[in-house]
Amino acid sequence: MTTGGHFTYFITVFLMIAGLFIVIARGNLIKKLIGLGIFQTSVYLLYIAPGKLLGGTAPILSDAFTVYSNPLPHVLILTAIVVGVATLALGLALVVRIREAYDSIEEDEILSLDADQAHRKQEQQ
Amino acid sequence: MIINVLLSFMAFTVLVIVRSRNLFGVVILGGIYSFLMATVLVAMDAVDVAMTEASVGAGISTVLFLGALYLCKSEESRPVYKPWLPLIVSISVGAVLVYGTLGLPEFSNSGSPIHQHVVPRYLTEMKKEVDVPNVVTAVLASYRGYDTLGETTVVFTAGAGVIALLRRRRRGSREDKA
Amino acid sequence: MKHDLILRVMAKLLIPFILLFALYVQFHGDFGPGGGFQAGVILAAGVIFYALIYGLPDARKVVPEPLVESMMAIGVLIYAGVGVAGLILGGNYLDYFVLDTNPVTGQHRGIFWVEVGVATTVSGVMLKIFYMFTDRGNVDE
Repeated sequence: MTTGGHFTYFITVFLMIAGLFIVIARGNLIKKLIGLGIFQTSVYLLYIAPGKLLGGTAPILSDAFTVYSNPLPHVLILTAIVVGVATLALGLALVVRIREAYDSIEEDEILSLDADQAHRKQEQQ
Repeated sequence: MIINVLLSFMAFTVLVIVRSRNLFGVVILGGIYSFLMATVLVAMDAVDVAMTEASVGAGISTVLFLGALYLCKSEESRPVYKPWLPLIVSISVGAVLVYGTLGLPEFSNSGSPIHQHVVPRYLTEMKKEVDVPNVVTAVLASYRGYDTLGETTVVFTAGAGVIALLRRRRRGSREDKA
Repeated sequence: MKHDLILRVMAKLLIPFILLFALYVQFHGDFGPGGGFQAGVILAAGVIFYALIYGLPDARKVVPEPLVESMMAIGVLIYAGVGVAGLILGGNYLDYFVLDTNPVTGQHRGIFWVEVGVATTVSGVMLKIFYMFTDRGNVDE
């Protein structure tokens, strides 16, 4: 039953490579940030899935239960989610400023505008 | 199992996000993805994490994306050439990772190393030392209090950074924005 | 959106319960799922909901900008203050068992104040980021 038991890990790896593909293959900056978010959630799954015990319960101590799922990954992932949204907010603020400076949020257009500007500066010197 | 069904839904949603080009639809699909993720987390007994993921991922994230989309005037992304090299790189990375996960212990195996060492000590000593039923809150606030102090400082720094980046523009100073 | 009758009525019905639920999640975090982060985010979501329905000037009158900015900093100061209180009363930094004669009650107090600090900072930061994003569209003033 090992392959059936590993289905969760396979889906986690699929989500990870889908997020990675969005980040490296798409040019739109906002879509890249969404891909980064998908990558982060797949990492959360990777941490929490090994901690689950079938027949256990949520880690809230009570006299009616004896088996609890592992609470340690929950603590780490709680911090990771909040830090993830903090970096997302900063990334979106940067995208807004880029949009105001270059009038576009497509990566290749921004790079070509930068190359044109560097070229023009070189010709002036 | 319900977990496998929900994970398949999540994989399908991510496929649609990769292929779609309308940014507004992509942001809403991201919200749906976060809700599915929160449901999977509840099925995996991670109730604190599920509440945080639902409120932060599906709530605040979607609001921030829509705000940024409104300011960036919501243009659609256009693929210029076929992305063969990123596809090959992603799939090879995925193959290596799948080969790595075959070495992980089986799903729900109580003899694996993650359940030894420090977690049984937390679960048994919690009643004597802290006496707070929610183990995650006790570990977060008391046993690992330094990490939570660092996390609060990170959130504060993000707020300060956004204030520094998006302060109100003054009229006539559009040229000298570096 | 405030001229839409259904939205206005539903907002008036829901927003008090959203704020109450945020307080419930904050203080019940010891006995069930919850805690500081979730409560801060739900509180910010309630105020954002109010700002979406009734417009930003009204929201700024209810939750003014200086209050939000000070909430951001005061939360971190409360958290660090609990640590310094542990130092003053004889233990190490962020020791909770010295806060009371009974060490378990000291832990309860420490966890309570720490969660209050975290909720204050998180709700302040989320609300301030929302205000900044919506403010950027207006360029002249």
